[in-house]
Amino acid sequence: MKKKQPISTGAEWTFELIEKYDHEIGRIAADFGLDTYPNQIEVITSEQMMDAYASVGMPLNYHHWSYGKQFVETENRYKRGQMGLAYEIVINSNPCIAYLMEENTMTTQALVIAHACYGHNSFFKGNYLFQTWTDASAIVDYLVFAKRYIAQCEERHGIDEVESILDACHALMNYGVNRYLRPKPLTADEEKERLDAREEYNQRHINRLWNTIPKKEDEDDTHKLPSYPLEPEENILYFIEKNAPLLEPWQREIVRIVRKIAQYFYPQRQTQVMNEGWACFWHYTLLHQLYDEGLVNDGFMMEFLHSHTSVVYQPPFDSDHFSGINPYTLGYNMMQDIRRICENPTPEDREWFPDIAGSDWQTTLDHAMRNYKDESFILQFLSPHLIRELKLFSIIDDSEKTTLRVSAIHNEPGYRKIREDLSAQYNLGNREPNIQVYNVDVRGNRSLTLRHFMHNNQPLAADTDEVLKHIHHLWGFDVHLESVTPKNIVMAGYHYPPKEKLELY
Amino acid sequence: MSYIIDRRLNSKKKSAVNRQRFLRRYKKQIKQAVEESIKKRSIQDMNRGGQITIARQGTSEPVFHHGKGGQQTPVYPGNKEFDTGDEFQRPQGGGGGGGGGAGQGQASNQGEGEDDFSFSINQEEFLDFMFDGLELPYLVKKQLMDATLFETHRAGFTQAGSPDKLNIVRSLRAAHARRIALSGSHRNEIRELKKQLWSLENEPVTLERNQQMHTLREQIGVLEKNKKKLPFIDDFDLRYNNIVKTPMPSSKAVMFCIMDVSGSMTQSIKEIAKRFFILLYLFLNRNYKQIEVVFVRHHTHAKEVDEEEFFYSRETGGTIVSSALELTAEILQERYPRHEWNIYIAQASDGDNWEGDSHRCSELLNEKILPLVQYFAYVEITNGPHQNLWHEYQQIHDNHPEQFAMQPIEDMADIFPVFRRLFERKTKGEA
Repeated sequence: MKKKQPISTGAEWTFELIEKYDHEIGRIAADFGLDTYPNQIEVITSEQMMDAYASVGMPLNYHHWSYGKQFVETENRYKRGQMGLAYEIVINSNPCIAYLMEENTMTTQALVIAHACYGHNSFFKGNYLFQTWTDASAIVDYLVFAKRYIAQCEERHGIDEVESILDACHALMNYGVNRYLRPKPLTADEEKERLDAREEYNQRHINRLWNTIPKKEDEDDTHKLPSYPLEPEENILYFIEKNAPLLEPWQREIVRIVRKIAQYFYPQRQTQVMNEGWACFWHYTLLHQLYDEGLVNDGFMMEFLHSHTSVVYQPPFDSDHFSGINPYTLGYNMMQDIRRICENPTPEDREWFPDIAGSDWQTTLDHAMRNYKDESFILQFLSPHLIRELKLFSIIDDSEKTTLRVSAIHNEPGYRKIREDLSAQYNLGNREPNIQVYNVDVRGNRSLTLRHFMHNNQPLAADTDEVLKHIHHLWGFDVHLESVTPKNIVMAGYHYPPKEKLELY
Repeated sequence: MSYIIDRRLNSKKKSAVNRQRFLRRYKKQIKQAVEESIKKRSIQDMNRGGQITIARQGTSEPVFHHGKGGQQTPVYPGNKEFDTGDEFQRPQGGGGGGGGGAGQGQASNQGEGEDDFSFSINQEEFLDFMFDGLELPYLVKKQLMDATLFETHRAGFTQAGSPDKLNIVRSLRAAHARRIALSGSHRNEIRELKKQLWSLENEPVTLERNQQMHTLREQIGVLEKNKKKLPFIDDFDLRYNNIVKTPMPSSKAVMFCIMDVSGSMTQSIKEIAKRFFILLYLFLNRNYKQIEVVFVRHHTHAKEVDEEEFFYSRETGGTIVSSALELTAEILQERYPRHEWNIYIAQASDGDNWEGDSHRCSELLNEKILPLVQYFAYVEITNGPHQNLWHEYQQIHDNHPEQFAMQPIEDMADIFPVFRRLFERKTKGEA
């Protein structure tokens, strides 16, 4: 093929050049079969990037002090040169919004376009978790609704009132998601229309639960009454929204807003490795294709490879820079490894991955991107080859023993164990304590009991009492939390308001 | 299909509200930090913002997460010498024992991160926190926080500016010049062609001549038309009045801080005194371009000292106020001639003085000091009954109500009233 003229050779970017690069990269991405939302590329300054950081990357959000705290922290660290800002932020919306910083060089802008506008974008559109749990076309509208609603509440009820509800909800944000039920898609208009109806319904619903009107004789049999809720409820915020006896309708609505936003972020927390790996794999592949076609020159590639390698660098565990496994490294290498297994399988690969060895790599990668989350992706695709390359090893850390034990290293008997352990590390169910609403004392003092189902004997952290305080703020009556082992032995109890010491002994 | 949007000109202060919420929520902690930094800073350094540090623990947002303990099976990269079954001691300080989510970057934040949380606030916010509790009226607060006054005056013309500053005469002149410059070649050609035309006119009439004249006229017509096509006025003809701001020239002031440092003055009394001095300094700073501060402290002897020593060294002994006044008068005589300096004196004391000395004080004030100074402010920081110095000063105050102010102060909130008088006087004087 005849080499073409490079699109640009200097470091400076212009809007025309961005458009050209985007056009070329988009063309190549389509050739590779990437299916994306339309892109909305926004060029912003570093100050605006800090703003975006502070509001969890969303283009707009309701006001809360914690975002302000995040902002002053980012600003301070950035000004002192302790951290650089990310090159980009990308939002799972339709059109897919990507922010580019004006300080970036042309090469970086092209890298970011390939990474965010085609890598992340196609992942958002294709992955089953995002498809099931989020509605990309509605999120921005919903945020507008949420921001306006909360601002109205602040006007009506005062900033402090609203802030205390938001604080409490934020503490429970990770427990405001349905893990198994698929929620109805959000639309801002309907949301508004149904607001009044829902308020009324909620109030009625609660009344039924707390009904004090005497029941008929034959119904009044406390012994027969089942406990409430019938099954433990994993979505604590949902339970509170529907059942907390003392909340005002507007407070319930705020709980709902936080819950909905938590649900929106839930897939991102479960696909960090895959999402970043996918985006890195594609920026690498797309820009190399640009180079092969002669659209970029050697200088461009040197600069790109420099950024690329620093992004996917994994410091070893004993390095000062080590802060856990780098999701970019793991994800990128796994994606490349799958391609390798498809294109050049070794006998070992044929034994481990008989179904994909030698198959078409694009189909296989596409399938992997669409149908897995981090946990299952690692369990399915982490190959012995990559375990050897990253020199992974697994440790048994039992707090009852004084020593740590190496349980598996990168050798034949260790591969499966490492794969399982690493996969478990990305299982949100293991990573976060499993806490569910267990019982409400409907007949008595209305106290709420939560249960922590312990995993591997891991206790709760020291600030658990603080969280209970927040739950108490929402629930309005006593709140108890007990840590229970799989054998149903209660290991620890937390109470708010705190129990008198005398009662404990 | 991609849309590319330039958002750089959008507002940058999107987080301003959230930042204010944060400051509002941690008002107490920040105020405490500001207070700490007031202690550390010198009076003359008070006029700017700075780094504020508050404990991170208070600002954390609790969530349910795992504590240390239990069984975990973390996976690490970069194995060098380990083999299956190796055992080793648990490394101290995290590492092996870290939270279950070693894959998250946040794990270390939650695990230890108990260090302090520091960020910077600007001058306005700093003063706002500092004035909090002093009960300053808003207007005064604003006056104090405002930067120096500026005077605007003309400084030539610029090519960029806002429409209201457009200078029409200059703009049209520039347009005229441009039109002349750009049409130069046309006019030369026209002149050339006209010369040819004239010479043809003198020749005998032939068909050829008429034709030539006709083409020449046409050429001239085209050129004239082109000349007219030059725009009458263009963007770069526009001239704007250039107006620059310069700080108002104002004269010099010297501020004397006189404080009793005898044994009866406790550190908390000194803190209140320091507030008062700061306030006076900020006020003067707004009104005068150059300010010098002289610190005079005294017990039985007076001494000129630096700020550090002024506020923080401890002395014991009796109290003779006149010693300080005497020293002040001397310094005034030597270094601050009246016609060059505006002189302000602020004295803080707990009211204690040696019985026989008070009369001497009023003598000194009446004869040597009050004739020279703009303003003398005396604050007595005490909860007890007034003593002889107060009564002596009362008389002076009656004789010189304009120049001499005195006020008992019990706590921070009382500082302002004495200060207000200074402002009242000032505004009256200016009007």
